[in-house]
Order: sequence, then C-alpha cells, then structure tokens
Amino acid sequence: MKRSRLPFVVTIGVLIFFYLPIMVLVVNSFNASTYGGHWGGFSLRWYLKLMGQRDILLALENTIIIAISATLASCILGTTAAFALHYYKSALQRCHFILIYTPLVVPEILMGMSLLLAFVAVGVRLGLFTIFLAHVTFCVSYVAMVVLARLQDFDMAVIEAAQDLGANWWVTTWRVLAPMLAPGIASGALLALTLSVDDFVISFFVAGPGSTTLPIRIYSMIKFGSPAVLNALSTILLAVTFILVWASQRLTTNKEKAT
Amino acid sequence: MAEFLEIENVSKSFGSLCAVDKISLSIHRGEFFSLLGPSGCGKTTLLRMLAGFERPDSGRILLAGQDITSHPPNKRKVNTIFQSYALFPHLTVRQNIAFGLQVQKLPKAEIDAQVDKMLALVQLEAEADKKPALISGGQKQRVAVARALIMKPQVLLLDEPLAALDLKLRQKMLLELDIIHDEVGITFVYVTHDQGEAMSLSDRIAVMNRGKTEQVGTPTEIYEAPRSSFVAAFIGDTNFFEGEARELVDKEYSRLKIEGFPDLVCFNDKNISAGNPVYLSIRPEKFGIGRAKPSLGGKHNIVPGRVEDVIYLGGMTKYWVRVDEYKIAINQQHNRFYLDEEPIRWNDDVWIWWHADDGFMLERYSEADENLMSLPPESLGEGAEP
Ligand SMILES: Nc1ncnc2c1ncn2[C@@H]1O[C@H](COP(=O)(O)OP(=O)(O)OP(=O)(O)O)[C@@H](O)[C@H]1O
Ligand SMILES: [Mg+2]
Repeated sequence: MKRSRLPFVVTIGVLIFFYLPIMVLVVNSFNASTYGGHWGGFSLRWYLKLMGQRDILLALENTIIIAISATLASCILGTTAAFALHYYKSALQRCHFILIYTPLVVPEILMGMSLLLAFVAVGVRLGLFTIFLAHVTFCVSYVAMVVLARLQDFDMAVIEAAQDLGANWWVTTWRVLAPMLAPGIASGALLALTLSVDDFVISFFVAGPGSTTLPIRIYSMIKFGSPAVLNALSTILLAVTFILVWASQRLTTNKEKAT
Repeated sequence: MAEFLEIENVSKSFGSLCAVDKISLSIHRGEFFSLLGPSGCGKTTLLRMLAGFERPDSGRILLAGQDITSHPPNKRKVNTIFQSYALFPHLTVRQNIAFGLQVQKLPKAEIDAQVDKMLALVQLEAEADKKPALISGGQKQRVAVARALIMKPQVLLLDEPLAALDLKLRQKMLLELDIIHDEVGITFVYVTHDQGEAMSLSDRIAVMNRGKTEQVGTPTEIYEAPRSSFVAAFIGDTNFFEGEARELVDKEYSRLKIEGFPDLVCFNDKNISAGNPVYLSIRPEKFGIGRAKPSLGGKHNIVPGRVEDVIYLGGMTKYWVRVDEYKIAINQQHNRFYLDEEPIRWNDDVWIWWHADDGFMLERYSEADENLMSLPPESLGEGAEP
C-alpha cells in the first residue's frame, strides 16, 4: 500500500509557515542592504551599529537585572511552594494549588492591567522594582509546577530515611532534598529566565519612565528605529532564548533517563 | 527487670480510626521478632512509632530501660529498612552506606574502613560506585540493610522488606537476612503479612488483628496452640466446628457437643466453662482416616463419615470427608496405595479420628473476623500448604 503524502506535505507546510518569517529575519540581520528587499551581501554592520546604541544597551541591562533577580526569587518561592503542595495534603493546600496554577492560565493582559492597578492603588512608584514584582508573580507558578512534577517522581520516604540515619532537618534539606531537586529547580529557573527576558505585555503595563526592558525597546523601535538593527537585536534574542530552552529540555530529559 | 525493648499500652488513632489499640509487647535483646497480620491491622503504624516517625497518642516505648517515646527519629539508636528501600537516588551505593556516618562527622578514613566492611558483609563490593537506579532489586535491598547496619542500631526495624521482590529472590533474601541476623546479633523487628516469612525467620511472632495483638509466641506455639479463632484461621489451614462446651473431665479436658457428632473430648487449656458456645479448631494434618474403625482408647475421638473428594497432591493426599453438615479437610502423608489395602475412594464410608490434644476450643470470633477469614488465603498472605 502506498502511504499518503498528505501528512508529510501538511507538516512541511506548517513548519514553513512557522519558521519562514524567523528565517527571513535572521537572514536579513546579516544583509548589507538597508531594506530587506534584496540581498546586498553578508555583513555584520547592523550588529556593530547595535552595539553603538546606548538606549538599547541600557534596556538590555535592565532586562538582565530583572531576569536574574526575578529568577532567583521565583526559584526560592516556587520550590518551597512546590514542596508544601507535595508534602502537606489538606483542603487549604488544594486552594494553594489553584492559586499557584491560576497565573498560568490568566490572560497576560489581565495580569498586567491588574498588577498596574494594584501598584497604583498602593502607591508604588513604577520602575524596575514593579517589573521585578510582576515577573516574580508569574515565574513562581512555572517554577512551582516544574519542581512539583519532579517531586511527584520520587519517593518521599528518602526524607524519613535521612532522619532515620541521624540527619536533622537542615542536613536532610542540604544533603538529600537539594541535590535531588536540583535538576528540577534548574530547569524551572531556565524557564523563568526565558519568560522574564521575553515578557512584553505585563512589563509594558508596569514599566515606568527610565525602566525600559528590551522587548519594550524593540516595540518602540518598530515605530521609530531602523528595521535592520531590529533584525540583528531580534536574532540575538532568539539565539539566547533558543539556548535556554534547549538547556532546560536537556536537564529534564537527562533526569528521566537516570531514574 | 524490664525487657530490652518494652512497648507499654501504646495506642495511635488517625481520626476516628484506631490503628494501634493499647498494644504491649516485650522484645528480648537479639531476638528476631515478627509482627504478622492482615493488611491494615496496624503493623506499619506500630513500627513507625518505634522508629519515631509517629508519636503514640498514649503509652510508652522503652529501649534498654530508657523512655524514648518522644525522641525524634534521628536521636534513636533504631534504624529502619523501608519497604521501598528509600535509597538516595543521587548517591552511589558507597555514599548511601556512608551517609549515616558522614552525618555523625566521623573521620573519612574511619568511614571508608567501615563502609568497606559493610560492602563485604552484603557482598556488594562490585557495585560500590553504581547509582541505585542501576542495581537490581535484591542488591537494593542489601544496600538498605548495609546502610542501616552501619549505624550499629540497637534495634533494626524491617517493614515488609521482601514484598517488592519476586518469589525466588525472596527466598534467597530470606536466607541472607537470617544469616545477617545471626552474624550481627542485633534485635530485629520484622513486619510482614506473609506467614511463611514470619514462621521461618522468627524467634517469636506477634499476630495482630485490627490494632490489637491476638497472640504472642514462638512459631510452633502459634501454629500448634492458637489462642484465638482468628490466629487459628490466619496461620495455616484449619477446620472449624461450632459447638458448646460441656462438663470438665480429667481436669484439663472438657466434653464438647457438636451437632451431628457423637460426644467428643477436647483439651481445654482456656478453662472455658460448661454451656459456653465455642469453636473447635482441628488442623487437616491432625486427623487419621481409615476404612476400619481403629481401636484407640482414652483421649481419641472417632467419628464416622463419607469421603466426598480425594485430591492426590504427590507429597500428600487431601480428603474431603462429609460428617453431617461439615465438610472436613484431612491431609494424609500418603494414600496407602503401595502399602496394604485399597486406596480410599470417593463415596467410601470411613472413620476419622483425632486426639483430644489436637483440637482446640476457641471462643467464637466476631463477624468482622469471619469476613476476613472467608477471603481466599492468597489475600491474607501465602497459604500454609507446603
Ligand atoms: N497517616 C495516616 N493517616 C490516616 N490513616 C492512616 C495513616 N497511616 C495508616 N493509617 C490507617 O491505619 C490503619 C493501619 O495502617 P498500617 O499502615 O499500620 O497497616 P499495616 O498493618 O501496615 O497494613 P499493610 O499490610 O497493608 O501495610 C489502616 O487502616 C490505615 O488506613
Ligand atoms: Mg504496612
């Protein structure tokens, strides 16, 4: 029997539809000509030009500060939340789970708007700090879910075994729990990092003057800046995201092979 | 002088459920002691209280004269082998075994020396640098044993350590556990619902049912002289007859009336007084069976019956004999085919007999116990048949 070609063709079609725009963007970032219409030869001039723009570098710095601090905070909060969710079972914990889960499904625009309203109501000055808080609110949920999935894979009797062998809570946490959870926490951290670097909608709402992040910068460049520089910037962003996602995937699958 | 491990009136409830109900046990130093009982009878809960993972609602636990009831698990010289082994997956076999000593911050050279000794004891030198995920079930179990023994506990607690293994490996590990126990001389408290395991390993067994101990004794005592109908039914096979105790004869023996039987005599070690309803329990292998009425005197009971079924099992033959409304299981070593007479067949009229000492009068069990006993033997543990 001859197999139908249709699934193959559809797959290729969908992939082209997804990745062609990105390919065009990447190729154009190395295009010497100013407008993407024709190939003007290979060049790195847009990347050099990018390096010379102070406001972009500033936005990059903001993004990095927020991404790292939000990741750290959400790792600590998310891991402890996941641990509580897994270890203690009660009606209150079901409620806790729903609260942790909700940010994953609430539309971003709603999150952004409500956070903005909250900050204004409380009277916090909009700036890097508010962006940090906003990023933590959604990153915590992702970290908690990833770590929770890890926790569900292993036998909680190891905690009792450690105590049985003379370890107190502190030793149990550092010598047993932390190493066992490390791959889960690391992959949650990479996910949080990616989300924080990428986030536009929520940041857009809660960013104040002088606290522009990279995605917001890019958005304004579409209107006012040079499209070719934008291509170069987007390509870099794309590469960083890709590496983070790849690393996160690797950590997860490695762990699965080991157990 | 108190025993080495003394459990005094210990109770533990989960909500309205009383998992362990005023249990008292005395366990000798160096003993292999088993807790045996059906699923959910509170064995694990009792063991977890000994380890310190659960706090008793009431009662005390004394170890070598010291009250340890409220000590946390890391402050007790008691170690546990968990049913799932609970090995640390991120550590190698060697690191797993060394964990307890590292927590105590012993010098590295000493830890290494002791770990090497343990690896030799459980024959795992070749696997020392593997992670637990890469070794077999039997090897994992040995790592768990070594990890606990290296702590030199005063008591080793084992919660169904063989349940996860297949039958063949189980028998092998059973033997190894026995050897290790003899070698290290530590007190073992062993939880199981498998009577075969308990019988073959233990110095003494506590048979538990619904949070209480039904009987504590050596395997022989428990099999040969069950104190309650639950124990009689749970350990091995038995025939139960409903009857009524009558007057005493000869101090320790009573007459017994069972519907459809002639007057019987039975050993009455529990001083059940005349008029009380009782169960008579007789193990299948305690009967004699034959075509001719035997000329046995004194304390033998001899009853006529009719064979309803004969099952030849090689090592023995199982007869089902009808006496009035009872269908009695009788095991005989051989069916006499090669000896003298014709073998006993279906529908033969026969005589069955047993000695008064081989029957036990027991108080009637409750309905809940009865339900438990009507389960097929597999669900309670392995049958006692060889
Ligand atoms: N943490 C707990 N919370 C509530 N109920 C519990 C808890 N632990 C045990 N129980 C209940 O207590 C009873 C005794 O449980 P336990 O685990 O001691 O039984 P077991 O004899 O070890 O049975 P098994 O042979 O199935 O392991 C059971 O009815 C069980 O449901
Ligand atoms: Mg149990």
